Amino acid sequence: MSTATAAPVSKAIPQVGEPKATSKGDLMTLAIFIAVVLTAPIWAIPIGAGYPDLLQKFAIFGVFAIGFNILFGLTGYLSFGHAAFLGGGSYIAVWSFKLLGMNILPAVLFGTLFGGLFALAIGFVALRRSGIYFSILTLAFAQMSYNLAYSVLTPVTNGETGLRVLRDDPRIFDDKSGGYDGTLIGNLFGLEMTGYTAFYFCASVLIIAFYISQRIFRSPFGLMLRAIKNNQTRMKFTGLNTRPYALTAFVISGMYAGLAGSLMAVTDPLAGAERMQWTASGEVVLMTILGGTGTLLGPILGAVSIKYFENIFSAYNKSQLLDTFSFLPDSIAEPLVSVLGLFVGEGWHLTLGVLFMLIVIYLPGGLMEGARRVSAMLRKRKAEKTDASSGQTTPAE
Amino acid sequence: MGDVLKGVNRRGVLKGGAAVGGALAVPTIFTSNAWGYTNEPTGGSVTLGFNVPQTGPYADEGADELRAYELAVEHLNGGGDGGMLGTFSSKELGGNGILGKKVEYVTGDTQTKSDAARSSAKRMVEKDGAIMITGGSSSGVAVAVQAYCQEAGVIFMAGLTHSNDTTGKDKRANGFRHFFNSYMSGAALGPVLKNAYGSDRVAYHLTADYNWGWTTEESVKDFTEQQGWQTAAAVRTPLGAGDFSQYITPVLNSGADVLILNHYGKDMVNSLTQAVQFGLRDKQVNGKDFAIVVPLYSRLMAQGAGENVKGIYGSTNWHWSLQDEGSKAFVKSFGQKYGFPPSQAAHTCYVQAILYADACQRAGSFRPSAVGAALEGFSFDGLGNGPTEYRAEDHQCFKDVLVVKGKENPTSKFDVLEVVEVTPRAKVEYDASIFGGELGEFNDGA
Repeated sequence: MSTATAAPVSKAIPQVGEPKATSKGDLMTLAIFIAVVLTAPIWAIPIGAGYPDLLQKFAIFGVFAIGFNILFGLTGYLSFGHAAFLGGGSYIAVWSFKLLGMNILPAVLFGTLFGGLFALAIGFVALRRSGIYFSILTLAFAQMSYNLAYSVLTPVTNGETGLRVLRDDPRIFDDKSGGYDGTLIGNLFGLEMTGYTAFYFCASVLIIAFYISQRIFRSPFGLMLRAIKNNQTRMKFTGLNTRPYALTAFVISGMYAGLAGSLMAVTDPLAGAERMQWTASGEVVLMTILGGTGTLLGPILGAVSIKYFENIFSAYNKSQLLDTFSFLPDSIAEPLVSVLGLFVGEGWHLTLGVLFMLIVIYLPGGLMEGARRVSAMLRKRKAEKTDASSGQTTPAE
Repeated sequence: MGDVLKGVNRRGVLKGGAAVGGALAVPTIFTSNAWGYTNEPTGGSVTLGFNVPQTGPYADEGADELRAYELAVEHLNGGGDGGMLGTFSSKELGGNGILGKKVEYVTGDTQTKSDAARSSAKRMVEKDGAIMITGGSSSGVAVAVQAYCQEAGVIFMAGLTHSNDTTGKDKRANGFRHFFNSYMSGAALGPVLKNAYGSDRVAYHLTADYNWGWTTEESVKDFTEQQGWQTAAAVRTPLGAGDFSQYITPVLNSGADVLILNHYGKDMVNSLTQAVQFGLRDKQVNGKDFAIVVPLYSRLMAQGAGENVKGIYGSTNWHWSLQDEGSKAFVKSFGQKYGFPPSQAAHTCYVQAILYADACQRAGSFRPSAVGAALEGFSFDGLGNGPTEYRAEDHQCFKDVLVVKGKENPTSKFDVLEVVEVTPRAKVEYDASIFGGELGEFNDGA
């Protein structure tokens, strides 16, 4: 496997900007990660992201990107069809609500399982090819799933309208006695999944997902996946069949996507076909590359930044821009606004494109490479300082 | 896979469990007091959330809705000429905001996708503190957002949504609709179509594949079959398809002599234009001239389809050429501000904003249950549709329905529709229980 996309990032793998792969360093990362995630409702307020819906999205897309990274970051197989697992997970979760009741545990469980099974089926076929052919195959499968969900399977998916939980659904485990028909909000044994409660549920799932991904990265299995990425042909020459490993990685990342999809249904019991569209598959690729492919934290960072910028830029409109630049004379403000207007509102994807290009050109390792460069620079400066003052070098850590 | 679990021990699992337990306990900190209601306005202003499609197949309608809302906010705050506030039968609103609080607003883009619409509604409620959500130009979106508003405990004043489901099987206590629905369109169109085309016609439906298309197809089918028509086929087309040629070609071979386009927005503009380009209207089938019907018409669409709408029948909620005092006042102030007449989407959204403000004023509170009770069974006049009533059983407005036809000799680019009949309210009324569904209780939220 040596696709053009995988080549530049493969160099970044061994020296990623996170603590060394010791169990102590890992524990530190995990502890800091948990602290940052749980305090999100506080630190997100100053940047205008401190409200449950967006924080839930951060966590959910974080899970999605972590899972994608297990496949793309470790094995180098670039899948363009992960949205199919995401959407599938959502549909299964909503069906679990409809049939079994509003408890979220079965929904999450079945959503994750379905993601895995679906990935097994698609991966079994698609992994017979590698490189661009693999990408195209996954894209084709995802697009097929999208069209099935959108128009062919309307009785199951409710097509364009979207699948929702209705009052007269069976929900066999819900207490509907005594005129009380139960709310149509997901709950965890009575704890309703709205607002910050839902965020903390998603955040807990994100932490567990992160921990599992960390274990995979550090395990011999993870090493095997990296070997597939570096030189699959050589692996085969040594007599090793790599496909089961790649398929396992594919299934795991499919389960992550199914999990993320079911979390979307948990926070909002509704599933629509647009979650399966190729744009959703492309988005997770962007998140992973933007954050740093093959790094542990990178994909989450990428997911958070894309969702954050989407929220900021797409909510802006021309009249707000005009207000912002009202201090300028009209002759300057109007052309300026008409140019900038292309980059906000529905045109925010243009902003994303520019951002993406800058990152890929100047920071091929994504935001994580940026962080590493900054910390290396600081460390160097610090070392120079201590050199100058005491003439004796101490290790930075 | 056993490799992966290396290093996971009992102690680690216990620690992890404790961390997760702790994480789940944190939200109790954020529990708010139980006596208030969602986004209770405390300062000198109140925030309304305008959730309209700014992209996608209904973007034109959305842009017009937003214009109407901006105008309504201006009028509520005492700006402009007051528009329909002067002709409205209820005189509670005095141009000093709602209950003395200045009206402010935030906007969101529904993208005509249920997901995106709920997400933008959530943002407006959770982040921007909107007390009420209104707008939208699709029934799929309206039903999804209405369900969200019920859960969140805010009032939803539906924008342009024409499906029977919105106030039928998917109705919610916190949701209110001023716009008419597919059933009323069918009831009004049936007799007019019989007079125009006779009673031995065969219809072919092309239907937008979501809840609005489904109920419109059903209602129009029912009412035309009552007039003796037959239905050759009903074909579902994906929303926003763009190219309808593959769906139009089979029509000619089906033996049908009427094509019914259950499409709206850009879809209708495209499918109608293509049907006309295929020469359907010049054909003779079964010895009769081929006809096209568009059950839900709007001036924006008619304008988009240009020449092709001439002589085509449809129904509409409101049209700017109406000559009652309310309509005249609205067209005047809208025209002065934007330079062209408002569409029916703009009208219904403007009216919904005014009705909400008036209900708050009459209830003396923004509490959803109080506002809802003030709207239930409320009869009013002077808002462009003649005497109108918000029925308490399903939160649907009942009023006269307009049957319109594409004008043969338009005098301006806006003058594209003519009203051929005003079907009185009594003829389009139905029992609230026929579509099923339950309102449930008002939800005031946290």
